[in-house]
Amino acid sequence: MYDFAYQKPGSVADAVKALAADPEAKALAGGMTLIPVLKQRLNHPSVVVDLAKTGLSGITAGAGSVTIGAMTTHAAVAASAEVRRIIPALAALAGGIGDEQVRHRGTIGGSLANDDPAADYPAAALALGATITTNKRAIAADDFFQGMFTTALEADEIITSVTFPAPAAANYQKFRNPASRYAIVGVFVARFPAGVRVAVTGAGQGGVFRHAAMEAALSANFSPDAIAAVTTPAGDMNSDIHASAEYRAHLVGVMARRAVAAAS
Amino acid sequence: MPQVSLTVNGTQHTVEVENRTLLVELLREKIGLTGTHVGCDTSQCGACVVHVDGTSVKSCTMLAVQAEGANVTTIEGLAAADGTLHPMQEMFREHHALQCGFCTPGMVMSAIDLVQSHPEGLSEHQIREGLEGNLCRCTGYHNIVKAIAAAWPLMHGKTMPAAAE
Repeated sequence: MYDFAYQKPGSVADAVKALAADPEAKALAGGMTLIPVLKQRLNHPSVVVDLAKTGLSGITAGAGSVTIGAMTTHAAVAASAEVRRIIPALAALAGGIGDEQVRHRGTIGGSLANDDPAADYPAAALALGATITTNKRAIAADDFFQGMFTTALEADEIITSVTFPAPAAANYQKFRNPASRYAIVGVFVARFPAGVRVAVTGAGQGGVFRHAAMEAALSANFSPDAIAAVTTPAGDMNSDIHASAEYRAHLVGVMARRAVAAAS
Repeated sequence: MPQVSLTVNGTQHTVEVENRTLLVELLREKIGLTGTHVGCDTSQCGACVVHVDGTSVKSCTMLAVQAEGANVTTIEGLAAADGTLHPMQEMFREHHALQCGFCTPGMVMSAIDLVQSHPEGLSEHQIREGLEGNLCRCTGYHNIVKAIAAAWPLMHGKTMPAAAE
């Protein structure tokens, strides 16, 4: 690891100031991605701004929604009685990220800001139509994700919380890499009165995406049969040592049908 | 040079570190507690698991400076002053839950957190899932799972209820 300066500001305002003051500064949330990246010398920040003391942790139940502070750990979301009551699929997703020790440190804000193309939380945020709140503004999930590892966040912008509207039914199915537990393909299905939203992670070349053909079919008929004939173009899929593009395209259908069947 | 003040196994330490120093490096190289191991160094294997403020974490993926003010417990902090083993250590011995022993400190630390965080009981399936972050490359997991199930009643002071899956 290259050495760096380290700051642990006591407020969001001070953290923003530290990030704004130095274009080479990097925010540290749970560190479950950033620290391994630093260890591999893939990134060389001048200063690491630790968000641990910015008071961004906590879960609040609203009327038909749940708001999760950016520094809330995956373990806290998985164990939250409020999240389990309002959006059980979201609690289950959080409980399936990495392993127990990773879930004790990793945070929802860190996961969304990083926008790893195989991460779980982007699928939940996009399928549920979450609102990502920062120190500057509120960003709809549809506008937030802009391709793998790329988001609408500006350099001096920090996620403070994420608000998820409660769906009528939802489920997340992940075909996981058995070693890393990242999604080879993960599909989050959320049914709202206005229609069904389907988000796919792990599969697409451009990171998390909505599956318009499945959304249309499921909005008309919310059943696994409704999407049995819906195909996913392999040309848009990732191909790597874990799975070919054709296999990923196939898995999108399988995971989506399982998610619809299990949605509650 | 930056300084970190933290409590390790009940003893207060103030240690000079670099900002890039990992918690596991602080424990092993600055404080000399080499019971915590570094296996993969990529947060996969769990040989480096310690408790930070009562919760199991991978100390190879945490900066020492992040542990400022924290209360850290390592494998060396489990046994009583007279050498009496922690029930989890005793059950690992009883059930032969180790062979080479390299993964054992991390296994024991993860196992204790797992048992403590499930006062309602633990099924064999839950124990196996709970060990996802710890790899053993010689004995396999069977006796480790048995040891953890056997430690649950000792740690909670009652018979383990049949856990709901």
